[in-house]
Amino acid sequence: MKVLVPIKRVIDANIKVRVSADQSGVELNNVKMAMNPFCEIAIEEAIRLRESGKAEEVIAVAVGPSQSQETLRTALAMGADRAILIETDPAPEPLGVAKLLKAVTEKENPGLVILGKQAIDGDNNQTGQMLAALLNWSIGTFVSGLEVNDGSVRVTREVDGGLENIDLTPPCVITVDLRLNEPRYASLPNIMKAKKKPLETFSPDDLGVDVSPRIEVLKVIEPPARAAGVKVSSAEELVEKLRNEAKVI
Amino acid sequence: MAILVIGEHDNSTLRPSTLNTVTAAAALGTEVDLLIAGADCSSVTDEASKVESVSRVLVADDPSFADGLAENIAPLIASIAGNYSHVLAPATTYGKNILPRASALLDVQQISDISGIESEDTFVRPIYAGNAMATVRSTDVLKLITVRTTAFDAAGMDGAASVETVSGGGDAGLSKFVGEELTRSERPELTTADIIVSGGRGMQSSENFVLLEKLADKLGAAVGASRAAVDAGYVPNDYQVGQTGKVVAPNVYIAVGISGAIQHLAGMKDSKVIVAINKDEEAPIFQVADFGWVADLFEAIPQLDSALE
Repeated sequence: MKVLVPIKRVIDANIKVRVSADQSGVELNNVKMAMNPFCEIAIEEAIRLRESGKAEEVIAVAVGPSQSQETLRTALAMGADRAILIETDPAPEPLGVAKLLKAVTEKENPGLVILGKQAIDGDNNQTGQMLAALLNWSIGTFVSGLEVNDGSVRVTREVDGGLENIDLTPPCVITVDLRLNEPRYASLPNIMKAKKKPLETFSPDDLGVDVSPRIEVLKVIEPPARAAGVKVSSAEELVEKLRNEAKVI
Repeated sequence: MAILVIGEHDNSTLRPSTLNTVTAAAALGTEVDLLIAGADCSSVTDEASKVESVSRVLVADDPSFADGLAENIAPLIASIAGNYSHVLAPATTYGKNILPRASALLDVQQISDISGIESEDTFVRPIYAGNAMATVRSTDVLKLITVRTTAFDAAGMDGAASVETVSGGGDAGLSKFVGEELTRSERPELTTADIIVSGGRGMQSSENFVLLEKLADKLGAAVGASRAAVDAGYVPNDYQVGQTGKVVAPNVYIAVGISGAIQHLAGMKDSKVIVAINKDEEAPIFQVADFGWVADLFEAIPQLDSALE
């Protein structure tokens, strides 16, 4: 079985983003970029499936500008076998990405597509669900446990009330949550080896997919700032302030 | 045209997230329909018919809808969506699971997690964990939207909607619900609580969370946690407040032993009053706290407990 892992290049999770002066978006110049943290978890899970003999090949796919190659090389250094870049700048909206991934999925015929539950830039949380819909495949979202068996995939999902288990009929799409695994770091020899692994590039036109945007971003602004308040030095003072000043308890 | 709201429920009661979503829908149009897709869910239907601003409750009662499986419910939504200008669902794990699937079936680019409505096609939503607010306009004719529940008040329960049955969707044969481990608690629910006491890595163990539970019970509060505390196994995943956990906005949020990572702040910074108790006076949580107390939590919490007597 092949496993396809779509990944995204985003602003590094540890960087504080800044809104651009013209309010058109956030500042991307000279900002450190990295693989979306949920995508790292997806790559890790796919590699573990191959290591345990449940999968033969792990293919990383990125949709975005040419620099996404770096993100794909990171996936290859972690252990993915080959990579596909669908080059498009800017990256399309989730529906467009899902359509591109559908085309790749139909070419590659994987048994599983594993991806992050959301990218930490747009926080949309849509792509996996949309891909599953377009393929008419089963879907497991917010997955914190994955068991691949013959003819069935059991997922544990982190839902608002706790956990739930679902059996999916393969092929399926899985979107991963934080606690599924802890991604490995790429070793230096593996980073060197990754440079020689195959990376193919396509355009949306090559795949016959229209990715024109449906949503217009009118402006992006900073959220209202929250000013720091006062310090208290005892429990009595805190209770007094909550009761009489803020009147909230 | 009318607005459709996807009701969230557990086949016996309507989830409060539905009420916030109805309020968002009522801001978009006067005719609001509420879809209840479930199994043996007549008590939910009764409740739904009393929700203020709802004109019609549409009931799809079928065993395949019992467990909120997206493969079965999304086609039902897609089959009736043509009658509406907007389809809204709460931005909870329920809504996030189902609505994007319906959107793709309808070839619509969904708008996720809106916190404001500017007009019938223009919405405000947080991006980058709430570090930026985007105003976006949808050019799709039909709009599918998930709603940040803390940004809209809950609709009242003095309505009188008619009830109709609808059909569509059904068992797609792609997935099967096996079981669940839900956290049972007598305390208020995190997303609707007026007061939340939340613990972080500083709690050091799951046993120490008992301290917070005692305090919470005294205040009638819910108990939450940071990702660090959940990852460390102190509390279950459904306690997590933050960018990837629950978004909350209580009257008072008491953060105990929480440093205040951006991802945590994303989930609680709309709280009315924030209290931070942390022994590290440099902790970023103090930058957003209305009342900060630099103290060792193991001394501070018992003191706070007795000060509340």
